Amino acid sequence: MMIPACPLADLPRGEAFRLEIDPPVSVFHTEDGELFAIDDTCTHQDASLADGWVEDCWVECPLHASKFNLKTGAVDAPPAKLPVRTHEVVVEDGMIYVRLSEAAPNLPHCVAARLAGVPA
Amino acid sequence: MVGASLAGLSAARSLRKQGYDGRLVVIGDELHRPYDRPPLSKEFLAGTVDETELALEVDGEDLQAEWLLGVRATGLDRTERAVRLADGREVRVDGLVIATGAAARTLPGSEGLSGVHVVRTLDDARALRAELAQGGRLVVIGGGFIGAEVASTAHLLGLDVTVVEAAPTALAGPLGESMGAIVSALHADHGVRLLCGVGVKGLSGERRVDAVLLEDGRGIPADIVVVGVGARPCVEWLAGSGVALDNGVKCGADGRTSLAGVVAVGDCANWYDPHAGAYRRVEHWTGARERPDAAVATLLAGGATEPGAPRPPYFWSDQYGMKIQFAGHAAGADSVTVEEGAPDDRNVLAVYRRAGQPVAVLGMNQPRLFTRWRKQLGRTTS
Repeated sequence: MMIPACPLADLPRGEAFRLEIDPPVSVFHTEDGELFAIDDTCTHQDASLADGWVEDCWVECPLHASKFNLKTGAVDAPPAKLPVRTHEVVVEDGMIYVRLSEAAPNLPHCVAARLAGVPA
Repeated sequence: MVGASLAGLSAARSLRKQGYDGRLVVIGDELHRPYDRPPLSKEFLAGTVDETELALEVDGEDLQAEWLLGVRATGLDRTERAVRLADGREVRVDGLVIATGAAARTLPGSEGLSGVHVVRTLDDARALRAELAQGGRLVVIGGGFIGAEVASTAHLLGLDVTVVEAAPTALAGPLGESMGAIVSALHADHGVRLLCGVGVKGLSGERRVDAVLLEDGRGIPADIVVVGVGARPCVEWLAGSGVALDNGVKCGADGRTSLAGVVAVGDCANWYDPHAGAYRRVEHWTGARERPDAAVATLLAGGATEPGAPRPPYFWSDQYGMKIQFAGHAAGADSVTVEEGAPDDRNVLAVYRRAGQPVAVLGMNQPRLFTRWRKQLGRTTS
């Protein structure tokens, strides 16, 4: 499924755009001009990676400093242990689209429970 | 590797990542495999995170290490280059990473009195969790971060909570007076009593604690007492070893100690901070996680590496559903400005400056802005 995110012109390098779907997805525009999309929620706790610290092609969770690779979704070190999903980014006529991964997301259990409609 | 918590595990990972393929022995005084301590005063204590989730190792991770767990190191013999263990064994080493951490300070005279707890290890947290489940009146001695988190968790669990802090303002050390007062006001917001500026004289009770006695003569009835008055570095075992000690293990900016082939990381290590021109023992999770990389590079290179500038120290705290984040050093700031949000709304981004230069940043429920400021701080202090 292709979902429109935002116009490329609205996402400067070094910034991230959070796509408010469930679960949310973030598009990162790196300083080098590359675009990546990953699940926005850290796999450890409910934190938005769009608020994180981007360096090279890694984003560091704003809360507890686990880093996720924007290309592969891999996590570098604790406290997070599971990777985030990566999604394909397509730019067409100046618009950024995200093609969602069909893999199951690795959400922290408090968020997974909320999405399932169960109180955490 | 002496120490099997976050700093020790991170050093073991760094060794393998940096290409060391020799024998690796990890010695830890607790029986548990490496586990994450921050949740012990929060989610684990509240019962929303269980022990398996605390594991720091990833499923299937194998560092090809020999784990000697449940045994304390009691000495280092520099001539034999051997670590002595409490059970009489000796481990010969070519290189040594000291990561023995810190131990919770206790209250003199509280030994042998049941109902009195500290929160440092998994076993501490298990014991406290079992008692909190009984409910009752909790008195927390110390208004620092551990004390505040335990108070917040216990309040959530329905206990009647009082926090006693000897200083006039709680959290003034790490956050400064004005912001310390704002963050510690979270207690009153939630109906937790915070008594500041009064010391603790002692505890009363026969076999079980029944009250905390204050220096002003008051007694606070208590069913459970948590002592959160800081930690001391676990370095007694290094006495006489030739490893220079001063508020922990005295280390250079790259983790090297006074002995060749020996580095120290984590809460026990008092690293030189070139930016400040002073030694600083930083008891933060992020330091234990990040610094082993540099220390291991030093160890493997025989002490010839040039360390990169350390990032400003960073820590977080969760209290009453609020995300509190802090980076940098509050001491030495000559001004604190609220850049965003309002203290009364408990939603603040505050910047600490010295001579106009940012030296620290505090966020309360401001993760996005906090990250930006933290990044900027990293640039100006390095």
